[in-house]
Amino acid sequence: MLKRTFLTTAAVALAMAATGGAALAQEKTKVGFVYVGPIGDGGWTHEHDVGRRAVEEEFGDKVETVYVENVPEGPDAERVMTQMALDGADLIFTTSFGYMDPTINVAKKFPDVKFEHATGYKTAENVGTYSARFYEGRAVQGLIAGEMTESNIIGYIGSYPIPEVIRGINSAYIHAKKVNPDVEFKIVWAFTWFDPAKEADAAKVLIEQGADVILQHTDSTAPQAAAEAAGNVYTFGQASDMAEFAPKPRISSIIDNWAPYYIEQVKAVMDGTWKSEQTWDGIGPGMVGIGEITDAVPAEVKEEALALKDRIASGEYHPFTGPLKKQDGSDWLAEGETADDGTLLGMNFFVEGIEGEIPQ
Amino acid sequence: MLRLEKRRQPSRIWAWATPLAAVLATILFGGLLFMALGKDPVVAIRTIFYDPLFGQHAFFYRPQLLVKAAPLILIAIGLSLGFRAGIWNIGAEGQYIVGALAGAGCALAFYPMEAWFIFPLMILSGALGGFLWAMIPALLKVRFGTNEILVSLMLVYVAEQLLASMSLGLLKNPEGFGFPGSRNLQQYESAHNAELIAGTGMHWGVAFAFIMVIFAYVLLNRHILGYHIRLTGEAPRAARFAGVVPARLVIFCLGMGGALAGLAGMFEVAGPAGQVSIDFNVGYGFTAIIVAFLGRLHPVGILLAGLLMALTYIGGEIAQSNLGLPAAAIQVFQGMLLFFLLAVDVFTNYRLRFGRGVAA
Repeated sequence: MLKRTFLTTAAVALAMAATGGAALAQEKTKVGFVYVGPIGDGGWTHEHDVGRRAVEEEFGDKVETVYVENVPEGPDAERVMTQMALDGADLIFTTSFGYMDPTINVAKKFPDVKFEHATGYKTAENVGTYSARFYEGRAVQGLIAGEMTESNIIGYIGSYPIPEVIRGINSAYIHAKKVNPDVEFKIVWAFTWFDPAKEADAAKVLIEQGADVILQHTDSTAPQAAAEAAGNVYTFGQASDMAEFAPKPRISSIIDNWAPYYIEQVKAVMDGTWKSEQTWDGIGPGMVGIGEITDAVPAEVKEEALALKDRIASGEYHPFTGPLKKQDGSDWLAEGETADDGTLLGMNFFVEGIEGEIPQ
Repeated sequence: MLRLEKRRQPSRIWAWATPLAAVLATILFGGLLFMALGKDPVVAIRTIFYDPLFGQHAFFYRPQLLVKAAPLILIAIGLSLGFRAGIWNIGAEGQYIVGALAGAGCALAFYPMEAWFIFPLMILSGALGGFLWAMIPALLKVRFGTNEILVSLMLVYVAEQLLASMSLGLLKNPEGFGFPGSRNLQQYESAHNAELIAGTGMHWGVAFAFIMVIFAYVLLNRHILGYHIRLTGEAPRAARFAGVVPARLVIFCLGMGGALAGLAGMFEVAGPAGQVSIDFNVGYGFTAIIVAFLGRLHPVGILLAGLLMALTYIGGEIAQSNLGLPAAAIQVFQGMLLFFLLAVDVFTNYRLRFGRGVAA
């Protein structure tokens, strides 16, 4: 055991010597990005890459960015991160939940390299986490969806039944219900983040079941295309603006805006002030953006939606404010009470009124 | 005028020269592809093929090569036995998943007990899991004459759903804050498939892969069963006269393929991957089909082909990160390898003739 530790340490020391030498030779700050999808996915990975390019634009010659796309979660991710660290990266953004344990493993071997992991919960001295409060955007989306539906059936393409996605469904449902008490949610689990064929199928199934508004928590534009083909169906851009489907079917969107955060973190590494933190920002700080609400939406609905957005941004209103009950009818939040971050981060229940079970 | 003439006997020289010719053609046309993308082709090819083996950080990549190649070799060896006999198991990916689930399930059932027998038990469960999953197409074929290609392939998607269900339900880490994924077996000493010698990449899966190469070689060349397998593939009628029972052969070949794929999955989940997660499988089961054919269905050929395939993965990632090549270009490059192999393969069975001859 002792021998094994020693050998590992020796290998790491060797690696550090190699990278340390490289770091001295180069003045530039090197920033790596590990992507789970292709940068052309038009959604999640695309927006991270927009953030990367913003970093390049902001710092010009002082920074060098590298990225690897389509990296499977697991040992492949670990290898790619190690490779970036060996090649002298000072800061590495790992942009998928499944990169959590690999990030922690690699960070242990490279104590001088900083890591930023998106949407996870494990941190270390040199690993910080960041995520966006997408559920704030879902509230605005739910309101518009509730107003726009005529069949009173809203379709929802879920990716995986994880807290992140469940939060979004709950938030959208609560705010749709507020403006339209007859509204009903139909949820299809696609079990993928990015698979245009599966997403298109899911959208078609929902449309056949009578849904005339479709919300998606998957990253491709396939549901938008399916809605466009079907005719009178409304959709929302996910992660990216997906403006090519505006003004209809896409009537608004939730945009992940990572650029300000990425620039800030790179700056902190340059200045030597970087610290491991857990960031969870929403509409207020600008990490979550609401894309243009098109003219397909009546003016008064648009106004209502923007008012809700402003109230959330200013902190005046929390999307999870009581009275709220869980699906099984038990009490969750009392009148005026707001949900705490701990409950939100581990959310594994639907609120009252949503039909169907969370797959286990 | 050029024409192809069928050889009386497949050319032995071409059978061995084909993979080399395919690799050379891939390098040539891959280089042109990279040049068309505005990269220096020599640097790109060097980054993919040379740097992981002899570059500055080769001390890290060489062990990774074994880690990446081991599951490919293990699965491909199993598949090659069936392929030789004309039994087409396309569902190794599913057998890989089920093997991993069985192995990890076995480990997690004992958690947190520490005991020497847990790991051997996991090996047995992993092999058994893959074996049983492969028995479904095998028995259906033997009993009802179903097509094993379709059944085994379809079962991959069933296995993927099973994997998602396990990551979200039965095998979910109770301390994971509701997020999908099991406990990390790397942190459970009795179940951890650790490196046998630190820094070498040699884990039990690599050792097994080497052992199976030898086993398959002996089986095919020295054992009556191996003779039957070869005979069935080359002359099915003669095989029946020689007393081969087709049903028994189907059971053996699919079962062996399943067991080895299951083993590969188990070693992966207990070692490099560490945990059962929704996206645990990354296509080894499908890539292994390429490896099997690239290696001419010969054990030693498969060993080399597995290492070569692993090299293109690892080198491809370095090329993405260092040269900014898109992932799709790397995939095209890998696809070329199989394409050229099949194209050049014509010369094994046909002879190129110039001038007019007797109409074929």
